[in-house]
Amino acid sequence: MNAFLALLTRDLTLALRQGSAIGTALGFYLIAVSIIPLGLGPDLALLSRIAPGILWISFLLSAVLSVDALFQEDRDDGSLDALAIGPLPAELIATSKSLAHWLTTCVPLIVVTPLAGLLLNMELDAVPKLLATLAVGTLGISFVAGAGAALTLGLRRGALLLPLLILPLFAPFLIFGVGALSGAAGAFSQSILLLGALSLFSVAAMPFAAALALRLSLE
Amino acid sequence: MAVSSLAAEGLACQRGGRIVVPALSFKVEAGSALILRGPNGAGKTTLLRTIAGYLPAESGRVAVTDDKGQGTGEGHFHYIGHTNGIKPRLTVIENVSFWQSFYSGAEDVEAAENALEAFDLLDLAEYRAGHLSQGQARRLGLARLLAAKRAVWLLDEPSVSLDTASTRRLETAIRDHLAQGGIALVSTHLDLALGDAATVLELKPGRAFAA
Repeated sequence: MNAFLALLTRDLTLALRQGSAIGTALGFYLIAVSIIPLGLGPDLALLSRIAPGILWISFLLSAVLSVDALFQEDRDDGSLDALAIGPLPAELIATSKSLAHWLTTCVPLIVVTPLAGLLLNMELDAVPKLLATLAVGTLGISFVAGAGAALTLGLRRGALLLPLLILPLFAPFLIFGVGALSGAAGAFSQSILLLGALSLFSVAAMPFAAALALRLSLE
Repeated sequence: MAVSSLAAEGLACQRGGRIVVPALSFKVEAGSALILRGPNGAGKTTLLRTIAGYLPAESGRVAVTDDKGQGTGEGHFHYIGHTNGIKPRLTVIENVSFWQSFYSGAEDVEAAENALEAFDLLDLAEYRAGHLSQGQARRLGLARLLAAKRAVWLLDEPSVSLDTASTRRLETAIRDHLAQGGIALVSTHLDLALGDAATVLELKPGRAFAA
């Protein structure tokens, strides 16, 4: 447990000191959300209706931007070798890394989402619901992304392959995340429960896939 | 911590499907070191990575005997490869402290400072590791050997980019480790002065001879 916390703390410290990964994701998110209305024209009712979808899609694309660096830096500088023979099984190394991704990328994105919703003329009472779907759903997103990053580790141009690999896996998260805000009776409670189930499944299963890929990448 | 011996029993190592080290047997007792020598491509790195468990062995096995009996040695190894495993954005002391708390579960400032002192880095403790020279970075990579105690050191060309004085410090660190009952497997092109505790294993491409 101490080793897990040591690794998580180190990754958070590095992310805060570097800053560029968080900054890039936030910048990309806000820019994507602000230019989409420019392409749709000045129809406020339309914008307000499709705002949850735009926010979710922009969120997913922004969250993927920095994922390829998740294990790559540790592999390139030899840290992964040293981590692998430590007391922590590869599954927990992957868990710690995915958790670090969620804390350093998804949480800041969630924090600026009300502002992004404002840019899209989103109804104010829908904002807490949207934040709830993001908080529940994006934890699973980070774990899927972590497994993807481990799989493409060491591949040349893996950073380009990675979105192709993981974006399709985000489809169920997107469907239930946006579905929760459709306004139909009972849609929110049902969708958010399914979203929670998806997230929990990812948290439980993805570290094993990631660990397998990490072990192969050490050979 | 206490490991009484490390043995390779008919250990054949492969890399990329090609057998690099054919069936090799040796035994290293606590307090002694094995120096791996050989030309490029003789399989020194492959052998060390197989022992560490990164590469699956083609055949044979590694047997590490500790106070709980015989096993694969998991949890006893320190591995220093061609890269240093340090983070440029952390300070020198933070790098050592991270590996210390990762490996041993607790931070011990005194041991971390002693590890830096042993490799003459204590003056640079608060300095960003990204600003270190090649040789200093290598010494910082080696400092984790001392910051967290582990019984078996697998060192792949540890003296690369070290100057003469730093190489002496490395020799001292290895000799102290052996004196405390540790084991070291070192691949090197330099003559490391390790005294009587070291035997040499000459690896040749395709064959291995114990000298």
